[in-house]
Amino acid sequence: MAAAATNVGNTWINIGIFGAFVVVTLIVVFRVSRQNKSAADFYAGGRSFTGTQNGTAIAGDYLSAASFLGIAGAIAVNGYDGFLYSIGFLVAWLVALLLVAELLRNTGKFTMADVLSFRLKQRPIRMAAALSTLAVVFFYLLAQMAGAGGLVALLLGITDQAGQGLVIAVVGALMILYVLVGGMKGTTWVQIIKATLLIAGAGAMTIWVLALHGFNLSAVMQEAVNMSGDKGEAILEPGLQYGASALSQLDFLSLALALVLGTAGLPHVLMRFYTVPSAKEARKSVVVAIWLIGIFYLFTLVLGYGAGALVGPEAILAAPGGQNSAAPLLAFELGGEILLGIIAAVAFATILAVVAGLTITAAASFSHDIYASIIKKGQVSADGEVRVARWTVVVIGVIAILGGIFANGQNIAFLVALAFCVAASANLPTIIYSLFWKRFNTSGALWSIYGGLISTVVLIIFSPVVSGKPADPVTGLSKSMISNPAIDFHFFPLDNPGIVTIPLAFVLGIVGTFLSKERSHPEKYAEMEVRSLTGAGAEKAVSH
Amino acid sequence: MTDVGASGPVETDYQRVERSEEFQSLRRAFRNFVFPMTALFLVWYLLYALMSTYAHEFMSIRVAGTITVGLVFGLLQFVSTFVITTLYARWANNKFDARAQALREEIEGGQL
Repeated sequence: MAAAATNVGNTWINIGIFGAFVVVTLIVVFRVSRQNKSAADFYAGGRSFTGTQNGTAIAGDYLSAASFLGIAGAIAVNGYDGFLYSIGFLVAWLVALLLVAELLRNTGKFTMADVLSFRLKQRPIRMAAALSTLAVVFFYLLAQMAGAGGLVALLLGITDQAGQGLVIAVVGALMILYVLVGGMKGTTWVQIIKATLLIAGAGAMTIWVLALHGFNLSAVMQEAVNMSGDKGEAILEPGLQYGASALSQLDFLSLALALVLGTAGLPHVLMRFYTVPSAKEARKSVVVAIWLIGIFYLFTLVLGYGAGALVGPEAILAAPGGQNSAAPLLAFELGGEILLGIIAAVAFATILAVVAGLTITAAASFSHDIYASIIKKGQVSADGEVRVARWTVVVIGVIAILGGIFANGQNIAFLVALAFCVAASANLPTIIYSLFWKRFNTSGALWSIYGGLISTVVLIIFSPVVSGKPADPVTGLSKSMISNPAIDFHFFPLDNPGIVTIPLAFVLGIVGTFLSKERSHPEKYAEMEVRSLTGAGAEKAVSH
Repeated sequence: MTDVGASGPVETDYQRVERSEEFQSLRRAFRNFVFPMTALFLVWYLLYALMSTYAHEFMSIRVAGTITVGLVFGLLQFVSTFVITTLYARWANNKFDARAQALREEIEGGQL
């Protein structure tokens, strides 16, 4: 049992607390979903959530395991450069607040494509928007499920592949149950409960860490410097993670761009704006989300340096989850088995809630955009559409489970950055143009969406994240996804293609628009513009 | 909601609203607020990202103890985000909503 030596905490406490979370959320999901009848109920929770509830759910959706465990770990090991991530993730919400949330709520129904097809040609635009939605969801989903395997190893002490696969299947099955029974309403409540637990838990740990150091952040950081070995004071300065070369600096700028422009194009974030009764509540959702997410990232700054100070980067990197284990190990250091159990359960709940949100988004996009609008040309009852959505949930759930088992242990952390990059390149330019540019047309949208999507995926495939990173002198394995250093087909030098693909997609939208002879529809643009700003004719809440 | 009907040379209700002075000034007010604000926070964020990437020495200057200029700059990004959020919400709640609501009622009541 070599693994047990590095494993901390009591597995049964971890499982018990997570089990309690599952029971409580299941009861809530069953209680709130008795009135799930219409499509608006299933996709948008009857549009009956308040801004505060929805804002909390947005935070629950957005603060994925990558941002909770990943950022705290990055700060613990690389110091300042880990902090850079969280700032991009937060500032990005201003794009959603100022340019997207309210206008989208006023003009759309369930999906991003509803807004785009308002004045562009329905079928091609829905197809393109649905494909890019499914691509973003797939990348994001795979990253979450693959992360689940590592988390299982860390928190439950299960190290063999079969055991981890079983836990991934259980998590996936639970998620399918939540979404099938609860629809958007149930999913939202799971996210609200999870966000509350996560922020409360992180807040308690933050105060604890600060209390141990006389409420002096500088003292926490000094302690982290003392523990950081040969890195020393470098953890206070930029450059440890991204400063190695001109190329890695450019890579960071590329990532920064994708983070700040990607959030407002993430389909599962956009869909949340339809769960409130009005644009005013959509605004309030984003305001609440920005405060919660911002405060949470301030906590992770303290937790990251706190883990560096109290646990030390050496112990963190030696643990089964590597960098991701910083927050759980800090919890154990502070509050022993019980606090570790709570943080472990919250981490599992995080995966569950984020995956549920992604799944319902993909189901809505497939069923509402592809099945109902393209295949059936709108000739389908709302019941039929929801039935297809439910089947889609099952299919996506199974894909998520298989993907999670297959990708378990693979080096695919880049997938989250990829999802943001696709969202920023394929989705955001078209959303902005269609809301604000009168001349914009279908051809411009198709050029921009497909151009952004294809260029991002192609550049990623031929980037160092897939093949061709130099071999590690110790293991002889490359740090790329394909770990055999002999296989190298990369020609694009950056890990993050955003700095190329985002401007490209914006330009393609303009070029495509001007190359087409498509007649413009001033009357449709007038309707969209008037509705988007005044809320006239917007979808109302379902009253029960 | 009014049925827009077939497009053509005939002006639709929405086009008439769009042309109205009330709507034009509402749109101007909205764009005059959100566009400069968007430019401001994007430039401010990109400045931070560029400095963190290319101005290591400046960002590493100690302000007090282990607190660096970079950390203060980063925390200021949080402050600016919270401030812009609050300014926008206050502006929209106090200055924008009532005008949008009035127009909406006129449209839905068929008075425009």
